[in-house]
Amino acid sequence: MPEKKHLFDDPRNVRSVLWALIAVCGLLFAADFIFHRHVVHPWEALWGFYAVFGFIACTVLILVAKEMRKFLMRKEDYYDGDD
Amino acid sequence: MIELPPFVIFYGAAIMVALLPHRLGQVILLATPLAGGLVLLGMTADATLQWNIMNLVLEPLRVDRLSLLFGYLFHIAAFLGVVFSLHLRDRLQSSASLLYAGSALGAVFAGDLLTLFFFWEILALTSAFLIFARKTERARRAGIRYLFIQVVSGGLLLAGTLMLYRESGSLAFNHIGLGTFASGLIFLAFGIKCAFPLLHNWLTDAYPEATVTGTVFLSAFTTKVAVYALARGFAGTEALVYIGAVMTCFPIFYAVIENDLRRVLAYSMINQIGFMVVGVGLGTALAVNGAIAHAFNEVIFKGLLMMSMGAVLYRTGKMNGSDLGGLYKSMPITTTLCIVGAASISAFPLFSGFVSKSMVMVAVLDEGHPVVWLALLFASAGVFHHAGIKIPFFAFFAHDSGIRTPEPPLNMLIAMSIAAILCVFIGSYPWLLYSLLPFEVNYVPFDRSHVLAQFQLLVFSAAAFAWLKISGIYPPELHATNIDVEWFYRRLAPRAVQRVGRLVSSTGDAAARALRGGNKSLMRSVFRHYGPEGTLARTWPTGSMVLWVAVLLAASLVLYYL
Repeated sequence: MPEKKHLFDDPRNVRSVLWALIAVCGLLFAADFIFHRHVVHPWEALWGFYAVFGFIACTVLILVAKEMRKFLMRKEDYYDGDD
Repeated sequence: MIELPPFVIFYGAAIMVALLPHRLGQVILLATPLAGGLVLLGMTADATLQWNIMNLVLEPLRVDRLSLLFGYLFHIAAFLGVVFSLHLRDRLQSSASLLYAGSALGAVFAGDLLTLFFFWEILALTSAFLIFARKTERARRAGIRYLFIQVVSGGLLLAGTLMLYRESGSLAFNHIGLGTFASGLIFLAFGIKCAFPLLHNWLTDAYPEATVTGTVFLSAFTTKVAVYALARGFAGTEALVYIGAVMTCFPIFYAVIENDLRRVLAYSMINQIGFMVVGVGLGTALAVNGAIAHAFNEVIFKGLLMMSMGAVLYRTGKMNGSDLGGLYKSMPITTTLCIVGAASISAFPLFSGFVSKSMVMVAVLDEGHPVVWLALLFASAGVFHHAGIKIPFFAFFAHDSGIRTPEPPLNMLIAMSIAAILCVFIGSYPWLLYSLLPFEVNYVPFDRSHVLAQFQLLVFSAAAFAWLKISGIYPPELHATNIDVEWFYRRLAPRAVQRVGRLVSSTGDAAARALRGGNKSLMRSVFRHYGPEGTLARTWPTGSMVLWVAVLLAASLVLYYL
């Protein structure tokens, strides 16, 4: 008996999620131009500061971590028999 | 009214659970945190119990707003843990869990450093059983390493306590502050248990090796006792601001490339404790309140995440991101509950992480640490990525692993549901938690600017993840070991010892060859004593040991009279 189709088995649903994410990103970025955010530090006052920071932070984090694998990664049984 | 220290209830119950039949044991397990909680609710914030033993003033019960809040928290955590592990038929583990929770309560209500030390060590000992109970060779070894490091922490605490006692004549556990050698030792002892950078590896080594239910208990108590101890003894110590900032940042890199999802959560735990350590280091009312509130929330949402991963491990027997995926199809309830935990740790508005972490963030800027603030902001984006997205994504979505499994047992679902409800309740109605904090709270969590900024940060982080994943840049989950500080004691030290051993034996061989050539009679005499038929060989090693002990005793006697 074939298993019933689940929500994300249909690539269209995955695409809708991505479009929704892009739409929310757009709205949140636009919100910076509509609402005034009160700030403590001048950096915060830059338009789209949190949005740009979030995007760059996450990208940098992943790219750096990926590079770290080159010198941190060992075989799964690396410590076996040592300790 | 007789003041009953909360640990007494847990210790008593632990003995009963170990001895009584399974069904009765289950009732006692459930009743213990409830009864303990009721007793605690009846306590006022100035209750105390003092004993005078041999001129030492010991205070096994000292209740104030700080200890009371941790007391409530540990009762909630114990209840969640007990419900989650109710299906277990392992008396040793159930009993150790109660002893462990009781020791954590003993530690936070300890009014003096000697009592704190006592519970500090029992905490280490009882928690190790939750690792050994996994009954694998890996777990046994990880447990021994864990226990060793925890006992070292206790040793430092005892040494610091005794030196402090000689300096000040008091054992009372109040603000200590850095400055003397003794206070440095205590700081280090707390730092080990708090998983300071370079001292952190026991946590990520041992927690993922514990049992399905054991990790849920472990994640609640040990490190939070350390946060409590830091808040009590070292609030306002500036070094903690920088130590905490490092703690928030470095583990997230490891979390990105780690495959074992419970180890990802362990790294994420160091990141969350970092926020608390920063708050304690700032020492202002807002910052300390934020740190304590975050400790409270973290126990519940990290517990929820650990429980959801425990449920996956229990049902599938797998914990690596590379082996899992697609579980939302057969475990929709667990998936939903895990996402609530993920939203809470990521500090989405209306989930619990937001109402406490933002207090620390605001305090950091208020106190003029913009660079630390940027680090914490980076860590906030990072925690959303590795705990908020990675955990649910690789376990429940990603590629379909083909694994189809029923939902976990009912008791696990109930425990996770209670935790999820608490996350949402505290996140939407934080004022009850705020009213219990050590200082008065004048903080407004749902301010438009904060909420907007947080949404922007998180949603754009999610966008970065989606982009990297789709473009194929995102590093795949791989079966691997990532080396960390533990490399020094798991690889370098044993190898060095081996090498020295080889060097010694080869030098010995060379010397023996030289002697064989030069002085055969000496070798014959050595052979007579040490050879297979020799006098010393017969009783080796105990015989020689006794001989050497006698020599050492004689030497010490001689030295004593000199």
